[in-house]
Amino acid sequence: MADDSLKDRIATDPSLHQRTDEDVAAELARDETAGIGQMIPQGAVEAARVKRPLLSPLNQRRWKNFKSNRRGMWSLWIFAILFVLTLFAELIANDRPLLVDYKGEFYYPILVDYPEETFGGFLPVTNYRDPFVQDEITQNGWMIWPPIRYSYNTVNNEIPTPAPSPPSWTLSEKDRCARYPKGVDDPNCTFGNMNWIGTDDQGRDVLARLIYGFRISVLFGLVLTAASAVIGVGAGAIQGYFGGWVDLFFQRFIEIWSSIPVLYLLLIIAAILPPGFWVLLGILLLFSWVAFVGVVRAEFLRARNFEYVNAARALGVGDWTIMFRHLLPNAMVATLTFLPFILNGSITTLTSLDFLGFGLPPGSPSLGELLAQGKNNLQAPWLGFSGFIVISLMLSLLVFVGEAVRDAFDPRKSFG
Amino acid sequence: MTLKAAERSPAAARPLLSVDHLSVAFSQGGATTLAVDHVSFQIAKGETLALVGESGSGKSVSALSILKLLPYPAASHPSGAIYFDGENLIDDDERDLRRVRGNRISMIFQEPMSSLNPLHTIERQVGEVLKIHRGMGEKAARARTLELLTQVGIRNAEERLGAYPHQLSGGQRQRVMIAMALANDPDLLIADEPTTALDVTVQAQILELLKTLQAEHGMAMLFITHDLGIVRRIADRVCVMYRGKIVEEGPTPRIFADPHHAYTRHLLAAEPKGRPPAANANAPVVMEAEDLKVWFPIRKGLFRRVAGYVKAVDGIDIMVRAGQTVGVVGESGSGKTTLGLALSRMISSKGGIRFEGERIDQRSFRAMRPLRERMQIVFQDPYGSLSPRMSIADIISEGLKIHERGLNADQRDQRVVGVMREVGLDPAARFRFPHEFSGGQRQRVAIARAMVLNPRFVMLDEPTSALDMSVQAQVVDLLRDLQKKHDLAYLFISHDLKVVRALANEVIVMRNGQVVERGPAEDIFERPQTDYTKALMAAAFDIKAAPTGVVSE
Repeated sequence: MADDSLKDRIATDPSLHQRTDEDVAAELARDETAGIGQMIPQGAVEAARVKRPLLSPLNQRRWKNFKSNRRGMWSLWIFAILFVLTLFAELIANDRPLLVDYKGEFYYPILVDYPEETFGGFLPVTNYRDPFVQDEITQNGWMIWPPIRYSYNTVNNEIPTPAPSPPSWTLSEKDRCARYPKGVDDPNCTFGNMNWIGTDDQGRDVLARLIYGFRISVLFGLVLTAASAVIGVGAGAIQGYFGGWVDLFFQRFIEIWSSIPVLYLLLIIAAILPPGFWVLLGILLLFSWVAFVGVVRAEFLRARNFEYVNAARALGVGDWTIMFRHLLPNAMVATLTFLPFILNGSITTLTSLDFLGFGLPPGSPSLGELLAQGKNNLQAPWLGFSGFIVISLMLSLLVFVGEAVRDAFDPRKSFG
Repeated sequence: MTLKAAERSPAAARPLLSVDHLSVAFSQGGATTLAVDHVSFQIAKGETLALVGESGSGKSVSALSILKLLPYPAASHPSGAIYFDGENLIDDDERDLRRVRGNRISMIFQEPMSSLNPLHTIERQVGEVLKIHRGMGEKAARARTLELLTQVGIRNAEERLGAYPHQLSGGQRQRVMIAMALANDPDLLIADEPTTALDVTVQAQILELLKTLQAEHGMAMLFITHDLGIVRRIADRVCVMYRGKIVEEGPTPRIFADPHHAYTRHLLAAEPKGRPPAANANAPVVMEAEDLKVWFPIRKGLFRRVAGYVKAVDGIDIMVRAGQTVGVVGESGSGKTTLGLALSRMISSKGGIRFEGERIDQRSFRAMRPLRERMQIVFQDPYGSLSPRMSIADIISEGLKIHERGLNADQRDQRVVGVMREVGLDPAARFRFPHEFSGGQRQRVAIARAMVLNPRFVMLDEPTSALDMSVQAQVVDLLRDLQKKHDLAYLFISHDLKVVRALANEVIVMRNGQVVERGPAEDIFERPQTDYTKALMAAAFDIKAAPTGVVSE
């Protein structure tokens, strides 16, 4: 029940008797508590039917802020489209057909490795670019090729000039198809077999390598960032929340840990373990999580004395629940603004390691290795230029998105 | 129009400051809200005008526009003019504004801690104003600073020159702020709730100081407050603001004797009323403590050896019975909140504590968790004690999730709806977030969070201090009704004696961690024994300053 004065009004006003006392009291209390901040809607009766909104108002306002940053919004769209396209790189650039109809049966070479015997040969793996296999299939059915008929590691044996070969569209059709058995009339002299940005110094298609390289760079960056965020936020949260000796000990540990020279360690480990995606990721992860600790720790130190955290403690809420439910959202704002830039940093690290030759194993589609080739083959400017354009485009898009995220989370804009 | 009228009339009758149909609009994300709507008022030389209204009524915004201190361009003035000595301050000409700011018009803010730069000494902060506007040299500025500090009643001013803000008490800080404001003999002093953050005793001292200084310097004062008691003491004329408009204006005695507007009457009637239920010595004891001590060690030196103790709570016996309220009063720093936190075992303490007959002082924090259901805390600041990222329903049901795991989501929701009705909130608003509610409503949410668990003992840590006067009365009524209905034991901590008087059966007056006076509420309020209690009473009920030495500065 509410105030005395309200009870009097309930008692004296006959029109209020149909509803429960509590309903009426709530309604009266509302119009008693006057003031500018009191904007509760008047429809009180359908209390039970109110639905929880999908996004909290704070997040709605952030999303609106983000959308109002047009450059960030465009960058997000372009990046998202590029990322989704490259996720399905196998369907865009591949040295195997998407679908084969051979003697009335369907084959899916992208998903299944068929031995060559299936198509009348004898090798354990089918090379669909082999004219013999192509003839066999086209005589007994048909096949659908992806728009680019090279995978990242496919060597084009029919390049018109010594590798690295320039983009096909710079040559006449006759020159371009000179190495095919039937020249211009050869069935393989098609758009799909063109090297749109030329080949590298091992005769591999640059465009295909760029597509796969973009994907591996972004995925590497995302996995590394996500993993270091989880570890870094966790470590920072524990330090900040418990403070005291835990904090002191961890801080000293981090100081020592982060003073280890990463590059030397990488060289040493690369000599023992075969370098690969996951090994590289693991080594870089050992050190990259430290970047998050400082900011998260500071947020937790600040926020653990907030009155609503004390209120939760007084309710008997456990430490871990408080950390997750009450403190983490505070720290996430700082972390989220950091994320795009850490993502950029991870991608750049991978690229530079590849450039130096300490990165992904040889043959992997890597943008850094493409840049290294560009440096070694100054007569083939398409190598360096294409690598540079893709990397700078990717990083710029991410920076623009990051800027928009930072602005959207700016507390001065979200509370007003 | 006003300008022309002012120009025609002789200079003596011309108002010092004339605000003419001023509007202030804030735009955010395309939406525009009008915070101040065609407000007009005048202040004559040497006069004190009070702007009264609750938070959000636009009184501070009006005052800040006089010096153009609002966040432009988010804020804008769709209409109006502000003439100070015949010059329009809110036109595009910024030069006249700079001449006036801090020189002819100066300002005191609410929060003395955040208004002073923590890295500068007192001498430097006060001297800065003198050097900028008066072009004084080092020596002259120092002499004038000393003079000012003495004027505002800081004792041993010479020793205090090198002090940093954190070394001063709240009242002393506010005195320094006033010294800075007075440094250039302003014609108009704008005081934006200058005493709200201070203790009642200090508040009385500061008001007295302002009043004498005003008489000495003959300056005009624009006083912004929500406290009508202060208005009655200090103002010549009053403007009552409500939702961005001035609804009533007139001389102070007339407003208090014969209010015309309904809202003014509502404000005047808003003082906490009613009396607590009769004391019942036979009611079961819920919370009990003997010789309770909270000593914070002061560590010094390389080995962090304990060099001494801050005795925040020093040997206090207390007993809270079901359905009864023990009020704890005292100035800030007297240890009253620490006492409450120690009783509810939020901080460690020495001495026996019994909760419903069970010893709880030996329990670890983890072992206390099952008991937390029955002992709850309502915090002072309803803006800080609710997580801004959780909806009201989540906030209220958080305790249920821990202590009553058997409930499913629907049952929890029913409990939330029930308790929201009980505290006078609209259950339809339960998926909204705290920032959509006013201060009074938020405090109701905080109370609902405590009440949903059906506690036996509730510690109320200044639950009304951050609220407007009219809302305070409602919260007090709500608390009293809840107590009656659920037979709750309250520990009510407050420096506001009016509120304590309306709720408490028994009162403990604390100072420096010790009990100065204790007894049934009637005895304490009707026949206070010690000087300290008398000073507290005078400050709270009559806003009179005590003779020096009885209370802190």
